Amino acid sequence: MAELETREMLLNVGPAHPAMHGIIRIVATLDGERITSAEVEIGYLHRGFEKMSETVDYNGVIPYTDRLNYVSPLINNMGYCMAVEKLLGISVPERCDYIRVIVSEISRITDHLTCVGASAMELGAFTVFLYMIKAREFLWELVEMVTGARLTVSYGRVGGVKGDLPEGFDEQCRKAIQETRKVLDESNTLLTRNRIFVDRMSGTGKISSDAAVSYGITGPFLRATGVAYDVRKDCPYSVYDRLQFDVPVGTRGDNFDRYLVRMEEMEQSMRIIEQALRDIPPGPIQANPETGRPIPAAEMVDQAKVGNIAAIIDRRAVTDPTLDGSAKPLHHQIAADEKRVFLPAKEDTYGNIEGLMHHFKLVMYGHGVRPPKGEVYFPVEGANGELGFYIVSDGANSPYRVRVRPPCFAIMSALPRLVIGDMMADLTPTFGSVNMIGGELDR
Amino acid sequence: MTAAGLIQALEDRFPQAVRAAHAYRGDATVIVSRESLLHVARTLKEDPAFQMNFLMDVTAVDFSSFGKKPSPAFFASSGVAVRPSPEIPDQEPWPGPPGPGRFAVVYHLFSLPLKHRLRVEVLVEEADAEVDSLTPLWASADWLEREVWDMFGIRFRGHPNLTRILMYEEFVGHPLRKDYAVNKRQPLIGPVN
Amino acid sequence: MNMTGEAGFVASRLEEAIGWARKYSIFQYPFVTACCGMEYMATACSHYDIDRFGAGLPRFSPRQADVLFVVGTISHKMLPVLKRIYDQMAEPKWVVSFGVCTCTGGFYDNYATVMGIDTLIPVDIYIPGCPPRPEYVLDGLLKLQAKIEAQHASGQRPAQERRPEFVP
Repeated sequence: MAELETREMLLNVGPAHPAMHGIIRIVATLDGERITSAEVEIGYLHRGFEKMSETVDYNGVIPYTDRLNYVSPLINNMGYCMAVEKLLGISVPERCDYIRVIVSEISRITDHLTCVGASAMELGAFTVFLYMIKAREFLWELVEMVTGARLTVSYGRVGGVKGDLPEGFDEQCRKAIQETRKVLDESNTLLTRNRIFVDRMSGTGKISSDAAVSYGITGPFLRATGVAYDVRKDCPYSVYDRLQFDVPVGTRGDNFDRYLVRMEEMEQSMRIIEQALRDIPPGPIQANPETGRPIPAAEMVDQAKVGNIAAIIDRRAVTDPTLDGSAKPLHHQIAADEKRVFLPAKEDTYGNIEGLMHHFKLVMYGHGVRPPKGEVYFPVEGANGELGFYIVSDGANSPYRVRVRPPCFAIMSALPRLVIGDMMADLTPTFGSVNMIGGELDR
Repeated sequence: MTAAGLIQALEDRFPQAVRAAHAYRGDATVIVSRESLLHVARTLKEDPAFQMNFLMDVTAVDFSSFGKKPSPAFFASSGVAVRPSPEIPDQEPWPGPPGPGRFAVVYHLFSLPLKHRLRVEVLVEEADAEVDSLTPLWASADWLEREVWDMFGIRFRGHPNLTRILMYEEFVGHPLRKDYAVNKRQPLIGPVN
Repeated sequence: MNMTGEAGFVASRLEEAIGWARKYSIFQYPFVTACCGMEYMATACSHYDIDRFGAGLPRFSPRQADVLFVVGTISHKMLPVLKRIYDQMAEPKWVVSFGVCTCTGGFYDNYATVMGIDTLIPVDIYIPGCPPRPEYVLDGLLKLQAKIEAQHASGQRPAQERRPEFVP
């Protein structure tokens, strides 16, 4: 019988492919069904974040940071703002810190929901995807209540946040958390002991903890291999050192462990949010409904012009619905007390000349937030791992160099290592659990 | 170790290699000479006093227009410039760019057992933009160095596959250099959109 | 066709029926690249439900799809891929430019981004927004459906709509 000649097949899992995770190209060489080598090509979504941030001022970089890891935009915002604040050497009020923690954790939950939902969908569990997106909608409604937008929020500012939490946030947040817990319970019963899911996810995409550390992998991916590194615990920032939460750590480093780590992390994030809601310093004291009433801004300006300052102190002027949450009584809670960095409350801008000058000095071209010359690196715990911002300033009003250390870049560089030896069909769950976000990978 | 302790230990260990050091805002930073980079990095990784098992980031900074960009008062074309107002006072000001040489290749290292961070900078001239690659020590250096090559044009000796990673192969130029305009048109695409 | 060159009664009813059938059975190819993909997912899922408009079944092969939803920023590296996918689709096909990055390039005016995919392929519906809310997406979809219905069975586009006179 003649010997059959076998050759390896080249399969191009091209940039446009059904996994809704983004655009990436994997050129795999197959021997039958086994992958013998894989070459990963990225850069299809390179949008020049670092170059664009050199053309705008410090607060203007914030919309660009939203679009980095676009499923958890608030973590990027807060990370960048905290890096610039480190460069400036200023600190924010405590309530602002708690607000940042709450919205960051909400963002982390939405990221994990999207990741687990999408990767479950690719394995055929379409129901779980729909349930998780339903939970994500509740959280996005919550984010919209606070920031005004669902996805690209631009909520952080250098020196604070855009506005305080609205009234009724507490209750809405607890309801959203309750709904998310229900969804997670349902998804758990559908997936965790599902024979097909477990068989497809266990044992595939394994990586050892030494290899993971060498590749610079951090976040849930690293924790699933057994190394307990979480930036919130090991290099705490903001108010994380006062909050109690656990860091789930896996053992085997395969896809199933990563799934379990992410599910547990969502629960821990909800725990953090509940503690933060309990511990947050209180908001403004409610004004007496008889004597304290919101007045139109024009009336306030007129009163100020004739000198009735005493009559309008502690009054809230209704300026614009979009300025909700940043009114004068709330301003000191959400903004660092630094005139060179944060805009004044609108009542001051329109009410007195000092406020107007303050506003002018921060908004006009050439003026604005101008940190001292220097360089800083500030890491935060992104949903995929350590998200670091390295900022170099030369004293001008726009950054000299902004570098994002993307967590999923390291994971993607390890992808060939993860898939070689597995079958072609294991590429899908492995790639799904990598949680590659194109905006962050290619920037 | 604290930032100051880390700098002191490095200066004791490598007196010739460490050109300068500072701890601006608490970040320990050392500037080392190009020739000693691989040796210093190996010690940082393997020595029990440092144990830097994570190479978090490799990037570069182009210092060619540092402090030179004029801040326009209204629009860039107006020609009217603004006198910079006094900076926010700094207890320990930054010593300034690492020195002569257009580029600085910046490495961020982290040690998980000892929980300390270090930034290592290496100055590179434009005419001789080449540095040793750290791929034998950390696997994360592979793609990170490719990105620095793509964006800045700094070569890494000993890198297994130094090709473009974020831009397409036919791209001309290195985008993050300061002399590359933000919306410069590429020859393959043509002058008008 | 009768003497005046118009289609007869049966032919025009047939065209209406074909238009109606085409508009309520949209098989989209979601060419998802970036952040707009999240809003696309949200539109396609239970809360906003694109399936009630007949457009709920994405086909991940361009040969089987008729509407190309270009969702998210297109970079110069990605553009040849987009062109290839567009060429592989069979007539009649429509293109929806989802998100401002595909309409005009968004705020990424730099060396890497294509400032609008209509520089390369013809676009039928533009849905601006960064990212557009699902309600805008559904509005755009309804406009697409109106356009599909008005199109002749042969694929010939309807005559250019008359623009109103500019009144300063």
